[in-house]
Amino acid sequence: MSGDIHALSGAYVVDAVDDFERAQFERHLAGCADCQAEVDSLREGAALLAETVSQQAPPDLRDRVLSTIETVRPLPPLFADVTDRARAHRRRLPALVAAAAAFVVIGGVGATVWHPWEQPSSSGFSAAQLEQAADVQVLTQELDGGGAITVTRSPSLNSAFVSTHNMPRLQSGRTYQLWTIHDGVEVPAGLVDGDASKVLVEGDPGSAQGLAITIEKAGGVETPSTDRIVAAFDFTES
Amino acid sequence: MSQAKRTSSGTPLVGVPAASAAERLADLLRRSARGDQAAFAELYDATQARVYGLAVRVVRDPAQAEEVTQEAFLEVWRTSSRFDADKGSALSWLMTICHRKSVDRVRSAEASTRRDTTYHQQNHTIDIDTTADAAQSSMEAQRVRKAMASLTDVQREALELAYFGGYTHTEVAGILELPVGTAKTRIRDGLIRLRDKMGVGS
Repeated sequence: MSGDIHALSGAYVVDAVDDFERAQFERHLAGCADCQAEVDSLREGAALLAETVSQQAPPDLRDRVLSTIETVRPLPPLFADVTDRARAHRRRLPALVAAAAAFVVIGGVGATVWHPWEQPSSSGFSAAQLEQAADVQVLTQELDGGGAITVTRSPSLNSAFVSTHNMPRLQSGRTYQLWTIHDGVEVPAGLVDGDASKVLVEGDPGSAQGLAITIEKAGGVETPSTDRIVAAFDFTES
Repeated sequence: MSQAKRTSSGTPLVGVPAASAAERLADLLRRSARGDQAAFAELYDATQARVYGLAVRVVRDPAQAEEVTQEAFLEVWRTSSRFDADKGSALSWLMTICHRKSVDRVRSAEASTRRDTTYHQQNHTIDIDTTADAAQSSMEAQRVRKAMASLTDVQREALELAYFGGYTHTEVAGILELPVGTAKTRIRDGLIRLRDKMGVGS
């Protein structure tokens, strides 16, 4: 089986895989240095194929592209940043992570793992109120495997919700889980169904420095799988 | 800054030593990540012919190829900070984004049966001159064609169906009447030979 999955490297590089194979190979890739090196090197070769079909774009396309980017800010390099920090802290502070998770469960906030936004939120604020807050922060990330996640947050209301768009469907027995990051410690913040449009972030998103989304066992877990982070937001960057 | 002027050719890097051209693209990407729109414009000029040409080849419809090109460059701008020079060249990072957008487009259009699925069944060997203009006769393109000619027929066909046709390896196996599971090996073997002939990725 593992020999089989290595052989997908070429098909993966030229996008000749279906969504399931892509997810499967990317999971493998995260832990296989040989495949990472092979994928990187094969991509150099594949990119050269475009040389043979090179064709001038219509001149007006340039203006359209350049005027579009004026309205969009480049993403900060958050992924590695938040992830590395979270990882470093967990190694140093395993007890604190456990303590934070235990506190949340005892406090009852983590007991109900997710609310569709339609239900009354624990913070009592509606999505519309949040969107109109003076200090509202809206951050969006596109996922490598397709789909996008948007976080809308107001520190003053201590409230946030997550919207997902076309998230990759997970195999049965898996779920997306949210984590708020407090001083490098991840606190469980609810589960997201792949199709949910607005999900309340539990706990204290107002004081969190970041938010991460991981893939976990159905029902959620208490400690995030750092090799399965699909997105991470750094609230301190903006 | 002399490089800021618009380049008229899609292959302005020809004649420039490969290493410095690659460094220049990487530098333009890094400056784009800091919000430098002039650097991004330069990056666009240096790569638009490859991006648009690939999009046209894969989605086959000029209007849709323009949309794909626009989406791809917007993604390049947005995610420019994610480019990691340790993992590969700026060009390969950018073409990876463009190819994925093109393939996503052609597959989502499949539901509306826009694509003529019999095309490749009648044309196993893709005529790589059909859509390209004079710019493609660059030395680099000639080298790539020569490298592709060194592949076995089945490696080349499998790789072209996957890269330019946007087919999955399972579909490629069906089209080429190969046992299921062997097309992915042919694609990989073809890419390895292309990489080694071109002397990249080491």
